[in-house]
Amino acid sequence: MVTISIDGIRTVVPEGTTVLEAARDLGIAIPSLCHNPGLSPYGACRVCIVEVKKGERSTIEASCTLPASDGLVVITNSERVRKNRKVLIELLVSSCPTSKTLQDLAANYGVNRIRFAIKDKNCILCGLCVRYCKEQMQSGGIGFVGRGTSRKVATAFGVTPQECRNCGGCEWICPVCERACTAANLTNGLCGGCQNLMHVETCELCVHCSESVNARGHRVY
Amino acid sequence: MDQMHTINEVKQATEFVTRIISAYSARPESLISILQDIQTQYRYLPEDILRQVATELGLPLIQVYGVATFFRAFSLTPRGKHSISVCLGTACHVRGGRSVMEEMERQLGIKNGETTPDMLFTLESVNCLGACALGPVVVIDGSYHGKVSSGKIKKLLAEYSKETSRSKK
Repeated sequence: MVTISIDGIRTVVPEGTTVLEAARDLGIAIPSLCHNPGLSPYGACRVCIVEVKKGERSTIEASCTLPASDGLVVITNSERVRKNRKVLIELLVSSCPTSKTLQDLAANYGVNRIRFAIKDKNCILCGLCVRYCKEQMQSGGIGFVGRGTSRKVATAFGVTPQECRNCGGCEWICPVCERACTAANLTNGLCGGCQNLMHVETCELCVHCSESVNARGHRVY
Repeated sequence: MDQMHTINEVKQATEFVTRIISAYSARPESLISILQDIQTQYRYLPEDILRQVATELGLPLIQVYGVATFFRAFSLTPRGKHSISVCLGTACHVRGGRSVMEEMERQLGIKNGETTPDMLFTLESVNCLGACALGPVVVIDGSYHGKVSSGKIKKLLAEYSKETSRSKK
């Protein structure tokens, strides 16, 4: 068992627990895209970043791949984290503006402009489908092909392999295909069409309604 | 007759790959080394051989394919007998690497990344070979040719194509 501190709350968790899991156990919401409890940690989307205090200084780390170690001091919602996260969301949206999951994330974290050139690749390379196919289906029909800017999820030689059982899991788990943003026109890469956010000043009875929490209270959507 | 020849070739290739794989004790960790050996033999990675490697190593085909597409040392399309790498790194660029590339493309009649129809040359660009003082550098089959000018290229290519026709006889 190791003792760590998350947002000033001391908690004892079993060794091998990631900071993301420990925080979620405490009810502290950290957004994430490429993390799934049933799959191995991957650390691709970086949306789950937290600030780790190291004496006077602090570093930004992806909480989904950061194992809890004794004496770790983590802050999940500092100014620095929020600022960094906004840039990450901007980058993700710019490479895939058609995802409702991403547009919601952008809306919830106050991203109101995209400063990067929009190159719709319809994929954020989060690897969920690849890991689902390999780890949950024990199949390995799809994987990453190429590298750098031409990296993409594909099947070998472009043909559906024998291993594929047509389970549809890759489509189900995908943050892009699962919920597509159907906005007719995106302004500046952002949709904003379904930002039906109801601001709740104080949240007296927290039922972990959503994972969109910010410093000013809960936002429910 | 021709058909027989092909069947024989396929059988030979299959045996060759099996030999390589057993030399590495069929360990999946040795995938890259196995692919390197196959690439050295065939100058590219044929699809049926990749399928065989995947089956014999017990790996999903996509994993083998992913590795084969990740590294630039591997090619999925047949490559020429001689591989020509023209350096387009900063130092070579300043010293005229681009015009060397253009001249190569003109002389060979192919674009960067392509292979001549007679399967003699494959032309590609590299970003730095660490021999900046020799720039612009052209590497043909591992031997470095420094301070290459557009004028030198014709001679250089003739040397290699002559060598090939001689060895054929």
